[in-house]
Amino acid sequence: MPAVTETRETVEKLAKSSYEWGFETDIEMDIAPKGLNEETVRLISERKGEPQWMLDWRLKAFRAWLEMEEPTWAHIHHPPIDYQDAHYFAQPKKKPGPKSLDEVDPELLRTYAKLGIPLHEQALLAGVEGAEERLPVAVDAVFDSVSVATTFRKTLAEAGVIFCPISDAIREHPELVQKYLGTVVPVADNFFGALNSAVFTDGSFVYIPEGVRCPMELSTYFRINARNTGQFERTLIIAEDRATVSYLEGCTAPQRDENQLHAAVVELIAMEDASIKYSTVQNWYPGDDEGRGGIYNFVTKRGICRGARSKISWTQVETGSAITWKYPSCVLAGEGSVGEFYSVAVTNNHQQADTGTKMIHLAPNTRSTIIAKTISAGKSDSTYRGLVRMQPKARNARNFTQCDSLLIGDQCGAHTVPYIESRNMTARVEHEATTSKISEDQLFYCRSRGLSEEDAVGLIVNGFCREVLKELPMEFAVEAQKLLQISLEGSVG
Amino acid sequence: MSDFLKIQGLQARIDADGTPKDILKGLDLEVPKGEIHAIMGPNGSGKSTLSYVLAGRDDYEVTGGSATFKGQDLLALDPEERAALGLFLAFQSPVELPGVNNANFLRTAVNAVRRARGEAELDAVAFLKAVRAETKHLSMSDDMLKRAVNVGFSGGEKKRNEVLQMRLLQPSFAILDETDSGLDIDALRIVAEGVNSLRSPDFSALVITHHQRLLDYIVPDRVHVMAHGRIIHSGGPDIAKTLEKQGYTQFLEAAA
Repeated sequence: MPAVTETRETVEKLAKSSYEWGFETDIEMDIAPKGLNEETVRLISERKGEPQWMLDWRLKAFRAWLEMEEPTWAHIHHPPIDYQDAHYFAQPKKKPGPKSLDEVDPELLRTYAKLGIPLHEQALLAGVEGAEERLPVAVDAVFDSVSVATTFRKTLAEAGVIFCPISDAIREHPELVQKYLGTVVPVADNFFGALNSAVFTDGSFVYIPEGVRCPMELSTYFRINARNTGQFERTLIIAEDRATVSYLEGCTAPQRDENQLHAAVVELIAMEDASIKYSTVQNWYPGDDEGRGGIYNFVTKRGICRGARSKISWTQVETGSAITWKYPSCVLAGEGSVGEFYSVAVTNNHQQADTGTKMIHLAPNTRSTIIAKTISAGKSDSTYRGLVRMQPKARNARNFTQCDSLLIGDQCGAHTVPYIESRNMTARVEHEATTSKISEDQLFYCRSRGLSEEDAVGLIVNGFCREVLKELPMEFAVEAQKLLQISLEGSVG
Repeated sequence: MSDFLKIQGLQARIDADGTPKDILKGLDLEVPKGEIHAIMGPNGSGKSTLSYVLAGRDDYEVTGGSATFKGQDLLALDPEERAALGLFLAFQSPVELPGVNNANFLRTAVNAVRRARGEAELDAVAFLKAVRAETKHLSMSDDMLKRAVNVGFSGGEKKRNEVLQMRLLQPSFAILDETDSGLDIDALRIVAEGVNSLRSPDFSALVITHHQRLLDYIVPDRVHVMAHGRIIHSGGPDIAKTLEKQGYTQFLEAAA
C-alpha cells in the first residue's frame, strides 16, 4: 500500500514538532526542600497562614494517602513516581501581595506575552488605564503556586461573586470553604485526590450567590514554572440556587527534562436551577519526540448537581502532558438535573491519555450527554474510559454517549472503554462509537486547493472536533483550534 | 506561447492490490494558452488518471515522460504548489469534509493560494463579499456556505461548489473531470457559464467528458480522443458530434 508507506515516511520525517512554548522564566523562587512527610504538610499550611482546621484537614488527607496505593487500572505506562523526589512548595519571592498590577514583575508579564495570553488581558495584567471596564473576562493568574495577580475582584464583588485564590478564601471565607471543601471529592476519594488534599498550594475559589448570573467569564491561567515542583491545584466552585457561572482554565508549561507530577482536584457544586460551565484547554509539555520529560497529569474533577434542574457542563481540550489521567464527572443528585461532557483529547509522539467521564444518575429524569473525540498520532496511545451509572431511583433518566476516534498514521492506538451500569428499567442509555482515519482523498482534495498538508490536517481535525469546540467560549475556541494544529504538526498522514 | 501545458510520452501506473497496473502509456498533449480542449474517451481509457496525475495525487506513480506547465516541471511539484501555480482540478466526485465549514474551507484555500502567489490575503469581510458575488452568479444558496464541505450536498450542489472554488481560486488552467456527470440541464448550463466566464487569452481548460452535451455549452477549440492510456485522435469540435453519433469504434480501429 503506497499510501500507507507514504504516510509512515511523512510521519517519521516530520515528527519533530517542538514545543513552542518551552522556556523558563527567571524569577526568584522560595522553594521548600524536596520530600513529602507530615512536616512538609505543616510547612505548606504554615506558609499559607492557614487556620488550624485547614491543617487538620490536610493531615487527615495525608494520613489517608499513606495508606493508599497508586492506581494501576488505567491504560498508561510510566516509570514509578518517586514522591520524595519533588518539591511540594514554591513561590516567587515577593513583597506580601502586589498592591496594584503595576507591581507585577515585568518578567512575569513577558511570560504571559510569550504564552499568547490575549493582548487585552495582558493590558489588564499590566494595569493599563481603563482596561478593567473594557473587559468581560476576569483572570486569576496562578503563577506556580501563588496567585500573583487577581483582577476584577471589585467588579465581581459588586455582584456578590467571590472569585479569589483558594488560600485567600480559606482565610477570608472560612465558613464557605469548610462547608463545601471535600464534599464532592472526599479527602480519601482516590490516591491522587488524597495527595492533592494534603499538599495543595493554590487554586481558585468561586462562589456565586443565589440568583446571580456571573457578569463575566472567569478565567485562570495555570503554569508550571519551577523545576521539579509538583503542582497541586485545588479549585472549588459553588453556584447557589439559580446562579450561573462559566469558568475557563488554560495551561501551558515550559520545557523540562524530568517528569513533573501534577495532581489537581476540582470540585463543582450546583444548587437548584444553577448552572456551571467549566472549560479547560490543557497544553502542558508532552515530552520530547521520545517521550522524555513531559508532565504527568493526574486530575480529579467532579461536580455535583445537588439541586433540581441544575446543570454542570465540562468541556475539555487536552493536547498536552506525557500522561493524562482525568475523568471529569457529574453526580446527578437533583431531580431533572443535567450533566454534560465534551472532550477533545489529542495525543502525539509518545503521549498517553486515559480520559473520559463518569455520569452518576441518582435522581429521576436526570439527563447526561457525552461527546468524546479522540485524536491519536505518532506513537501515542489514547483511551476513552467512561462510566454511565443509572441508580435505582433514576427513573426515566437518559444518557447519550458518542465516542469518535481519529487515527493519524499507523503506529498509534485508540481505545474506547465504556462502562454502563443500569439499575433502573426505565432509564435509557445510548452509546455510539466510530473510529476513522484521515483519508488520502481528503488530504489530496485540500492540497489541490492550495492548502499545505499540515493546514489540511488542521482543518480536517478541527472539523472532526467541531461539536466539542463549539461548546467552548468564543475566545477559547480560537485558542483551542490553534493548539490542535500545533499539537499535530509533523504528524500528517 | 505554445508550451503552456505540455505533456510528452507520459506514463503512469497505480498499485492495484499489490500489482502495478499501467494506465497512461505514453500520452502526448499540448494545450496552448487561452484555449479550451476537450478529452473524450470510453470508460477505463485513463481520463481520470490523467487529471489526477496532473493535479499531483501521489498514489499514481509516474514511470516515464514529462509534463510541464508554464515552463515548470509540473511533476516535481506538490499538489498545493501546482494550485499556487494556477492549476485547478474540478473533481468528478468532490470529497466530503465532515465538520469543516464550507466558507472557512474556501477562505483558507483562497488565502493559501494568494499567499503563495504573493498577493494580499482577504480579510473576512472582503472574502465574504467576493464569495457572495460568486454564489449569486451560480444560483447557490448562502446555506451552502454554512454547511460542511460537500457533506449532504446533492450531485448538482457538489459540482456547483467545485465551480465556486474554481472561480474564487482564479486558476490559469482548469481541469474539469466529468463535471457534467449527474447534472440536470439547468445545473449544466450554470456550470458551463462558470467556465465560460473565465475564458480569456490567459485562461486554458481541459474538459474531460463522456458526453457531447457539455460541449454544446463549453465549445472547445480542440477535441482529443483518448483510449488505452493515449491520445489516439485529435481534431476540431466536430469530432464530438461524430463520436456522439457513431461511438468510439472508428477511432479505436484507426488507432489499432
